[in-house]
Amino acid sequence: MSKKVKFTIDGNEISAEEGKNLLDVACENGYYIPALCHMKGHKPAGSCRLCNVKVNGRIMTACTTLVSEGMEVITEDEELAELRKTILEAMFVDGNHFCPACEKSGVCDLQALAYKHKIMSPKFKYEFSNKKVEAEVPKIMLEKNRCILCKKCIRAIKSKDGKNIFGFKARGKKLEITMDEELAAQMTDEDIQRAMDICPVGTIIKKEKGFKIPIGKRKYDKKPIGDNVEKHKEKEKD
Amino acid sequence: MTKKITIDPVTRVEGHGKVTIHLDENNKIKESRFHIVEFRGFERFVKGRPYWEIPVLVQRLCGICPVSHHLAAAKAMDMIVGANSLTPTADKMRRLMHYGQILQSHALHFFYLASPDLLFGYEANVEKRNVVAVAMENKELALQGINMRKFGQEIIKITAGKKIHGTGAIPGGINKNLTTEERDFFLKGEENMNVEQIIKWARGALDFFKNYHSKHKKFIDDFAYFPSNHLSLVTEDGAFDPYHGVLRAVDSEGNIIFDKVDSTDYYKYMGEQVKNWSYMKFPFILSIGKETGWYRVGPLARINTCDFMPSPLAQKELEEFRSYNDSKPSNSSMHMHWARLIEILHCAEMVQKLLNDKDLEGTDLVKKGNKQEEGIGLLEAPRGTLFHHYKVNENDLISMANLIVATTNNNEPMNKAVNYAAKELMNKQKEITEEMMNGVEVAIRAYDPCLSCATHALGQMPLKISLYDSNNKLINQKIT
Ligand code: SF4
Repeated sequence: MSKKVKFTIDGNEISAEEGKNLLDVACENGYYIPALCHMKGHKPAGSCRLCNVKVNGRIMTACTTLVSEGMEVITEDEELAELRKTILEAMFVDGNHFCPACEKSGVCDLQALAYKHKIMSPKFKYEFSNKKVEAEVPKIMLEKNRCILCKKCIRAIKSKDGKNIFGFKARGKKLEITMDEELAAQMTDEDIQRAMDICPVGTIIKKEKGFKIPIGKRKYDKKPIGDNVEKHKEKEKD
Repeated sequence: MTKKITIDPVTRVEGHGKVTIHLDENNKIKESRFHIVEFRGFERFVKGRPYWEIPVLVQRLCGICPVSHHLAAAKAMDMIVGANSLTPTADKMRRLMHYGQILQSHALHFFYLASPDLLFGYEANVEKRNVVAVAMENKELALQGINMRKFGQEIIKITAGKKIHGTGAIPGGINKNLTTEERDFFLKGEENMNVEQIIKWARGALDFFKNYHSKHKKFIDDFAYFPSNHLSLVTEDGAFDPYHGVLRAVDSEGNIIFDKVDSTDYYKYMGEQVKNWSYMKFPFILSIGKETGWYRVGPLARINTCDFMPSPLAQKELEEFRSYNDSKPSNSSMHMHWARLIEILHCAEMVQKLLNDKDLEGTDLVKKGNKQEEGIGLLEAPRGTLFHHYKVNENDLISMANLIVATTNNNEPMNKAVNYAAKELMNKQKEITEEMMNGVEVAIRAYDPCLSCATHALGQMPLKISLYDSNNKLINQKIT
């Protein structure tokens, strides 16, 4: 059996298996740390940088930090909130996130985090991303202007023989998500739905199904993002 | 050389407009023009978007009547997905949404924006010409107007999910039905939200108007009177129906120009003219031609073209309206308000009928058939016939969009109305007065409150009038 370590999150003592990643442990213990690229059970990507926390006073990404004996973790303070807000704002101006007409509205993690962080208007200049919509495959479409390059689809969605369906092309500012048309055309409806659900924004779209869920019934209409994780807060309230 | 008076920049809400008035040497009005100087570009930027996104995207054209664009686009998308008809639940939910929309938009138009014109006249001080002043002097009426608008908005909310910019209509149907709770809220709920009460208030508003009319016949009958053709959708058997029907056009005397035109054939009967001084096109009936083929749309045109109202109380009101106008179309711009109030009553009656319809609680929401490349959706928006026309490529993306909105249809009539007001109030004047400015607004406002110039919710009119002499030198300017 692996060794247990003791440490604190926001001043409360936590015990967890040594070597587990801090983001998962925090989540299991009812501390919500926002993240857009993390998937439990997958190797951390550390790409979105939203899960920044303070470990012994230093800012580090929780998804790439392993828990260790005696560490003191702060998940929320003014500086962290500002940092996360800035990262989110940068994501919004980098892509073309027109929530009013996006079918992921109400189930979009990026939008939900923007609400949580009270983003009203961007402080950076819009980049006016103008990438081509990839819609040649009959049942699945990529609206690349919304991609935040989190790699979740690349890491989690594979063809039956384990090949990558999604991948990046080009470099630097031109870096964009793309898909193997042949493999994408072989995806089942369930595969496409899973890919769409994994995508934290509105890039991966199951064609011809948009806006089927009425307003009021969508995931984040019912509960704000992170609400199901934040158990400790309820305890504090009691 | 002629002198030019400019009313500029009229910048608020849904469009920028300005009025230029050209005087001749004797300071007589030679010509007036009502310009829409804003270019919104929706037809261009919906290109390349997936078709199922369009009903949600294009409704951003307007904050007052988004439902009209939402539904017209959805109707076009029904064609794209091969849904020749909708399920009863989908059809009736959409209709309920549309009636709610007309109700709230008309209530806003009449009570918030136009009632000060009636109550205080265009001679009134600017402090008086707003809904707050109406509320001070006529509390009941103002409150009823506010509640009727709220009622319409709540109807939109239960059908589209949100009061403004919802998502209810999807290609081939609707994304929700009505719950018993939602229905009972309007049938059995508190007074202000009870449909029975709304019908009473709608009748009361008509009484108010008719009473006012009897005391101000000249203003209501003559202000901005001019003969025109009239166009709207009606059902095959001639009933008033703002959601779906065939196109009918009549001339100023009521003679049929065309009838039973399938809405998808609209372009065979109508053309659009571009004039170099306006971004807005000038539509016309092809068989009559550019010069005289222009027409009115909106409440007045609808009341003029239909044979009957398919609800008892509104039918009675229609009969009264018809008998006042000698069974002929009315060509009085201010009768637009009268027609608008008849429509409010009809919508309230239809909402009541629909709320009692079990079909709204059905669960069969969407229908699809063989996909098509082209979709056309027409409906009667609060301010008139709305045309949405799209083509979709093999990848499900929009390749062509053509939208003719009510304000565009009413372009020439609004020009005529402005011209009337200008001639009536400005002739031989060298100085621009409040009265003149408001007279022009009153004329525009009879047709459309969306234009900033037609909006004076709090009495702050963003109007600028400039008066130029024959050498184009500014001699007088007024900004409110
Ligand atoms: S498509 Fe979605 S899941 Fe894939 S990288 Fe982009 S944002 Fe992430």
